Amino acid sequence: MYTPRFRNMFAHLSGNVGVLHVLESEENLDWVLHSGLTPPYLVILESSLFTRSIMMKLKNGSSRVAGVAVVTPNANPSQGTSPHTSCPNENTGVYTENYDPTMARCNVTVWNPLGTGLSYEEFDFPIFAMKEDNDTQVIRQCYMDHNRAGNGSTPQYPLCAMQLYSHMSAVTDTATCMRRNNINFSLSPEMVCDPLSDFNVWASTRPLNNTAKGHKEGESVVLAAARLDSRSFFFDIAPGAESGVSGFVALLAAAHALRNATQEAPPPRNILYAFFHGETFDYIGSSRMVYDMEKNNFAVDLDNIHSVLEVGQVGLHAESRLWLHSDPVSRKNSSVNEELILRLQSAASGLNVSVEEPGFSQPLPPSSFQRFLRARPIPGVVIEDHRSAFTNSFYESMYDNAEYLNISYPPDLTPDEQLEYVTDTAKALTEVATVVARTLYIQAGGAESRLGSINADPQMVTRILYGFLVRSNNSWFQQLIPSDLVSHLTDRPTNFYVGVAQQPGKPTLLVQYLLANLTGSTVNMYSYLWVQGAAPPNSTERVGFCMRSAARLSKALSPAFDLHEYTSKDYSTWTESRWKTIKGRIFLVASHELEMLTLGVGVGVLLTSLMLTYIMSSKADILFSSGREPANATY
Amino acid sequence: MTASVFFGCTFIAFGPAIALFLFTIAREPLRVIFLIAGAFFWLVSLLLASLVWFISVQISNKDSAAQQKGLLVFGVVLSVLLQEAFRFAYYKLLKKANEGLLTLSQEETMPISIRQLAYVSGLGFGFMSGAFSVVNILADSVGPGTIGIHGDSQHYFLSSAFMTMAIILLHMFWGVVFFDGCEKQRWWAVAAVVASHLIVSCLTFQNPEYVGSLVPTYVILFLMGVWAFYAAGGSLRNLKLCLTCKDKDFLLANHRPR
Repeated sequence: MYTPRFRNMFAHLSGNVGVLHVLESEENLDWVLHSGLTPPYLVILESSLFTRSIMMKLKNGSSRVAGVAVVTPNANPSQGTSPHTSCPNENTGVYTENYDPTMARCNVTVWNPLGTGLSYEEFDFPIFAMKEDNDTQVIRQCYMDHNRAGNGSTPQYPLCAMQLYSHMSAVTDTATCMRRNNINFSLSPEMVCDPLSDFNVWASTRPLNNTAKGHKEGESVVLAAARLDSRSFFFDIAPGAESGVSGFVALLAAAHALRNATQEAPPPRNILYAFFHGETFDYIGSSRMVYDMEKNNFAVDLDNIHSVLEVGQVGLHAESRLWLHSDPVSRKNSSVNEELILRLQSAASGLNVSVEEPGFSQPLPPSSFQRFLRARPIPGVVIEDHRSAFTNSFYESMYDNAEYLNISYPPDLTPDEQLEYVTDTAKALTEVATVVARTLYIQAGGAESRLGSINADPQMVTRILYGFLVRSNNSWFQQLIPSDLVSHLTDRPTNFYVGVAQQPGKPTLLVQYLLANLTGSTVNMYSYLWVQGAAPPNSTERVGFCMRSAARLSKALSPAFDLHEYTSKDYSTWTESRWKTIKGRIFLVASHELEMLTLGVGVGVLLTSLMLTYIMSSKADILFSSGREPANATY
Repeated sequence: MTASVFFGCTFIAFGPAIALFLFTIAREPLRVIFLIAGAFFWLVSLLLASLVWFISVQISNKDSAAQQKGLLVFGVVLSVLLQEAFRFAYYKLLKKANEGLLTLSQEETMPISIRQLAYVSGLGFGFMSGAFSVVNILADSVGPGTIGIHGDSQHYFLSSAFMTMAIILLHMFWGVVFFDGCEKQRWWAVAAVVASHLIVSCLTFQNPEYVGSLVPTYVILFLMGVWAFYAAGGSLRNLKLCLTCKDKDFLLANHRPR
């Protein structure tokens, strides 16, 4: 297997062994679950059969299922499918029974109608994903040669089998594994699970003194938010193209577009760009930032926030329409909301994209803004490309990739040429970024006359999209980061799963360095980042430079873990189990009868030889008596 | 193939050897010492043979399969010849040691006869040879799978175990016949031992046709066993006496102490 990916669940410490079975159809499941004579089976699923109904049937028959390996196709399926729930983050948003019972639990709009909830089911066997390549073909061939029941006859031993290792140390739930983490019976206590955590990236157009935490007198901030992370059913495939990347790329491009305007004619209010991590798992990043603000642990606090503009999923806007979502409950009392919407609409005039409101009373879609609303009724708008339910038919799925966003390049381009080629998707996203940038400028109190000069750069947008969705190891990203992070760049799309790192993860660092580069040096309080730079034309040595910016990192770990409330209903309590090596292998297995026969023969031989030897040695002086040397020998 | 196959094959391969050790050797410290020394001699012969083979492989053409196969045959033949040479060397050493032991001991009779030494040294050779043949295979048999995904026979573990059992017993019989031949200056007996060892080793080139290598090996084992029985002082008459349980009368009639 080339690169097995896993799904956290129960497995044996020594690996799960099962007889290979390539599932041909849903009816063929009967062989695995009932009629097959050689359980347990390890089921190979083609991607078209990787559906909720088949997986739930396999889950119910898990005594006969040793594991599942899904063959991931090279192209996206035509039918949309999402393993996430149909109402994402329904318990940790702002719409609880107390806030507004008619809007809780997606009563008004089911946001993710294609959601099957498969990612949240508990399975007793490991589930791997395999790419469609030579090794997968070897596995199918082994099944055809040894295991295939032909014409009603049962296949004979030895049978082709596969062993998958993905032992997970943690069981049951977070409260249990966190309790087990704290059992200190040995000098080196073994941890069984870790909370999901990473870092949020934030920056401000006017620098904020980060060491003076808490309320800043006279500071009024417009918060521009976007989500950084994503996930899929499998561990390290989380491209999140429409779910996450589209939003934060638009915000990055908007930040870049605003650089000159905010330096030459700084608006009265500050603009705070925030990229939240871990939002997929019950708003880890945004809940942490709100918590820090409430506890006076952040550079500003909630009273300093004037309004919020969040960029959600904006990559798929058909007919170039954007929809502005706002919270019906809090906007009743706020005129700032109306102003914000009007500004958005005027910012979009003259551009190739139209912005409208949904036109009926609808709660906010799942967004980081909801966590801010839980704390304070702040005015704000979330920009999405869907009027009601998601247009994203692969929400938080492994198919939500560059192909789904229609990012395509003409054939025969080198990677560097692809990096610079401006795709249609990039052009569309640039329009969105321009709208966001202009709105932010006006919302921050800037002059209308400057609006025409605020434009996002399509070249920048296409490069960022290429870097995150196609190949992070490209010449532009290489210039932006320091030399010790170069090993983080790969030839594959970036994986946006939040993970458990104590250090900032790869996407977090890339966004931090990107934001630093795009917003550049503005004013006083800085972070200094040394980056590699590019090599000048006539030499191979790169010329590095120091980037001074206000782009910073702030911790995104759910407050539940600081408060030790592992069953909290308010904050995210997601954890990830610790695991040992992940690997798999295939081989043949012999029948149980042959093994027992071997053991029986061995024991028989041993007993027989013991008996014979005893008899012979007790009668040895008789047996070996003739031809003996007389009287000298003792035997 | 799981623990049951591991234990099954271990018992098949080493069952007779363990039984023999337990009942005939374990109680006598002198026999244990000579057993271990015998095993050590076999080990040294293997070391020399592998040294020569290793050097010849390094200087050979690694890409030519025919040459590698030829080198393998050469290695096997060389190893057999070296083993027998070391068996002869051990015989010479034991003869000298026996005289020394006799002068040191206070009894008049030799503590251990040359016939017993033949048996013990043969078994020592057998133990070590069996260990090297089969221990790696036993270690692999513990895993969950079995041989065959590339088309090989799945009876590999079983046949290796039976082959090892045969080899261990054969070494014991060869030891007895060899020493007997040396004692009585019957050099044709020694040559027959060497020849049969060569035949058995070269038969293994027939693998994976396990029938072709195991059946002739067991035939040779039976023949060698009969020869060793006669060389050790057995006879058909004694066998019949034992089997019909008339041994008590025989003893009394001959006034031999039990």
